[in-house]
Amino acid sequence: MANEIEQQVEELGKKIKLLQKNQQKDQISIIAFSGDLDKMLAAMIIATGARAMDTEVKMFFTFWGTAMLRDPKKSGKGKNVISKMFGCMLPKGSTKLKLSKLNLCGMGTTMLKGLMKKKGVPSLEELINIAGELGVEINVCEMSMDLMGFKREEMIDYPNLRYVGVGSYLADADESRIQLFI
Amino acid sequence: MTTEELNNLTADLVIDARGTACPGPLLAAKKAIGEIESGEIMEILSADEGTKHDIPRWCDKIGHEYLGFTDLDSYTRLFLKKA
Repeated sequence: MANEIEQQVEELGKKIKLLQKNQQKDQISIIAFSGDLDKMLAAMIIATGARAMDTEVKMFFTFWGTAMLRDPKKSGKGKNVISKMFGCMLPKGSTKLKLSKLNLCGMGTTMLKGLMKKKGVPSLEELINIAGELGVEINVCEMSMDLMGFKREEMIDYPNLRYVGVGSYLADADESRIQLFI
Repeated sequence: MTTEELNNLTADLVIDARGTACPGPLLAAKKAIGEIESGEIMEILSADEGTKHDIPRWCDKIGHEYLGFTDLDSYTRLFLKKA
């Protein structure tokens, strides 16, 4: 009788271990795709807010979102003509991003930034700094870098910036309780 | 806690987050919580409406005891006890 119970307890223990291993973590995965100022702001506010709640955050910057991570003070060497063109046409960093709606040739963007300053909302640049301090993990899509002709040396200095493929994103997202496409 | 009880509380640490808007106050609370000991009281001053909802949820998630808030003219005082 005691033997049976012992066995059952052992089996239960194994099942619990397996369940714990496969459980989703207190983690949020965010794909930063759009590269629009308003959307990137939302992404960074969610990311820093999540860290405040002790939730792990893994961001995956891809396509137009990659442009947000360019450092306006740096440049990449050895680009071909198409890459140089892309480099000119795409925003050079977070300060150059535009609103997805009501950009009004830049007026809307300027007005929003002014409003944010007036109301004490942190700017996108401040949020990126805060994110770095709080340990928001930023992964950059290697393929997007390649397509848009961005070089690693022209990206901002962000703690532990990694260059990965979609497999990494998917593996991370699989563990996360929340996934967002921004 | 009642408003009277809250008004009589002396916080061990006061965080003035009135100049910032979401997610400012929440981040300020998170940053400052390390400066007090378990069982001590933290007071957060905020002019942002969202904070009244954020702080209780944050306390709930992390395990701190949310004590309540008092509304003043232009800002709110929120109180919590560190877990």
